[in-house]
Amino acid sequence: MIDLWFVIIAFLWTGYFMLEGFDFGVGLLAPFVSRDDTEQRQSLQTIGPVWDGNEVWLITAVGAMFAAFPAWYAGVFSAFYLPVVLVLVGLIVRGVGLEWRGKVTDPVWCDLGIVVGSALPAFLWGAVFANMVLGTALAAVVGGVFTLALCVLHGAVFLALRTDGPVRRRARAAALAAGAVTLPLAVVALANLAFGAGAAGLPETGPVFDARSVPALAAMGALAAAVALIWRRREGWAFAATATAIALTSVSVFTVLRVVPLPGLTLAEAASGPYTLTMLTWIGLIALPFVLVYQGWTYWVFRKRVSLAH
Amino acid sequence: MDALDLARWQFGVTTVYHFLFVPLTIGLGVFVAGLQTAWHRTGKEHYLRLTKFFGKLFLINFAMGVVTGIVQEFQFGMNWSEYSTFVGDVFGAPLALEALLAFFMESTFLGLWIFGWDRLPKRVHLACIWAAAIGSNLSAYFILAANAWMKHPVGYEVVDGRARMTDLWAVLTNSTALAQVPHVVGAAFIVAGGFVLAVSGYWLLRTRAPMWRGAARAALVMTAVAGAVVAGSGDLSAKLTHEQQPMKLASAEGLERDTAGAPFTIVPGVEVPKLLSFLSTGDFDATVQGTEDLQRRYEERFGPGDYRPDQAVVFWSYRVMISFGLTTVGLSVLGLWLTRRRRDLPPWLARLFVLALPLPLLAVTAGWLLSEIGRQPWTVTGELLTAASVSPGVSLTEVAVSLTIFTLLYGALAVVEAVLLARHVRRGPEESEPAPAAERLEPSLMY
Repeated sequence: MIDLWFVIIAFLWTGYFMLEGFDFGVGLLAPFVSRDDTEQRQSLQTIGPVWDGNEVWLITAVGAMFAAFPAWYAGVFSAFYLPVVLVLVGLIVRGVGLEWRGKVTDPVWCDLGIVVGSALPAFLWGAVFANMVLGTALAAVVGGVFTLALCVLHGAVFLALRTDGPVRRRARAAALAAGAVTLPLAVVALANLAFGAGAAGLPETGPVFDARSVPALAAMGALAAAVALIWRRREGWAFAATATAIALTSVSVFTVLRVVPLPGLTLAEAASGPYTLTMLTWIGLIALPFVLVYQGWTYWVFRKRVSLAH
Repeated sequence: MDALDLARWQFGVTTVYHFLFVPLTIGLGVFVAGLQTAWHRTGKEHYLRLTKFFGKLFLINFAMGVVTGIVQEFQFGMNWSEYSTFVGDVFGAPLALEALLAFFMESTFLGLWIFGWDRLPKRVHLACIWAAAIGSNLSAYFILAANAWMKHPVGYEVVDGRARMTDLWAVLTNSTALAQVPHVVGAAFIVAGGFVLAVSGYWLLRTRAPMWRGAARAALVMTAVAGAVVAGSGDLSAKLTHEQQPMKLASAEGLERDTAGAPFTIVPGVEVPKLLSFLSTGDFDATVQGTEDLQRRYEERFGPGDYRPDQAVVFWSYRVMISFGLTTVGLSVLGLWLTRRRRDLPPWLARLFVLALPLPLLAVTAGWLLSEIGRQPWTVTGELLTAASVSPGVSLTEVAVSLTIFTLLYGALAVVEAVLLARHVRRGPEESEPAPAAERLEPSLMY
């Protein structure tokens, strides 16, 4: 039961990074691929209907951690106090920026809020997780820069996939540029993740070592494939590839956390009782399919490319 | 000043602030859904204009509710890690259910509603706003179930110094939660009603358009009905508080000694004989416990310490809650009477509605303070003290930095939100809708 809940929480975080990853990227890139307010609106409209739902993945992941592994939840967020404060500040200014943009006379402040508010969590989540897994400040910085670049790439591909006209052209160029930056970073960050000595208490070799190396190396492959696919203008497949890269990176991180969720704490010690976990499992099993269906339906409803007004 | 004090201030500031936007979101969402339903049923143009007008005000406010809510969820882990570790097994469950069953629904369907005006069939589009409105009401239920457990813990046992849930159903049907839900959700509808009345009142003073009369009339009904629900559940809450949190009740009444046939204090010096006993038990001669006697009993039971909450804050917030809430509901009942049989709303009353805008907001804030400060010094009544709940590893500086950041950011955003709402109220609804273009870039409400 404890293992199942660990997998559920890893799934929720992975879903969050894959989904909000592209809307962070779009938020960051929008002012740079848009030449005027109409194009800026076109860019942001690609994530307009979905970003808020994507963010609920985070709220659910954190809520599930609180319910299933209270000591883990409490340990992580009190240990990474200031980074989490900054993530929250980012999510606040980004959220009001996105919601209020269409209702103010001069949206420049909103655009600034969206860019800063997308960059902060994109960088900080990577830094926090890298620090949890690898335990050094340098690894945190490398991890943060890598996730930031990865989100930009993911978002650029999404923009290229969901728009047309000049924005699509610039988004594709941005994706290629982001790919050129992300690939070398990936080599450093993912190799560190695959073979790094790890946080206190993590065995240097053994089953964990192998279990995390495979997805980390596969993530590198997915990223290389993504760049090739963008080059060949296969945006849909490229998006699938960047999403896969994010998922594999996350899997690799959680493989380590499975053994060492926090220094000096095991999952079993952090977990709630069997009764609570059983109850949550039943409710989750019933509710989650509905969530996946109606969120999927949202993407289906808004599947058309966002065009400029004629 | 230590980290505990600042963490408490931070929780107070962020919660009270969050709770200014939440009630309006809960009530206004249903109101907008009702307007759109009216448009769907009758096809009358002015209902559509009102839907879009209030929908826009709803969205400006919704943004603040969402972003300040995220902070709440992280705060337990950041500032109150001992609390989280102790209660997570029980308290975390409703939070997780809220995210899974309510937030996903609310945010996803609201996104569909905002951007789906031209893309979804009319019925489906209408269903989206209802799903979003139901989602926000559901989330109120889960949060209140979690909150009620702190005041009246049920369905658990303490194993190895941690609470373990033994009965989820008991947690979700906690008597305190069942009394709080209609009370708080009802209050949310009063807040929304007061907001719509202020906006409609403002427009009725500017024009005599029948559209505003209709909006005001609907809000009057909503506020009056919600007022009855809040009064009834408030009465139930008082009786539960008498049983479950006698110290809170005694503090709210300034009652120091155990008293048979206790009087109800309206303001210090003005008392109604025996009313407090009746309100807390249904019996005019019953004994109500006083703060000093309770303090003595708690010291015997839990050891030395001060088990009394801040008396002045609890006493006065109780009075602010009741008087401001009653005034708002009273005005709406008066409005219903004066507008009976299609009579016009008198301008003086419209002006009063505008002036009364802050009253329900102050009333819910006071209610929140009464409820939470009245619980002190416990985070979980009888089980865990606030002083034992704080994160041991978090420094004074860290809490001070985050408190400063959140306070400044919240303050700035409050100003922007107020300006945005005021501007959109003044601008009024769109004159007439532009013809629906198949692929218009700009959706009706956003961007």
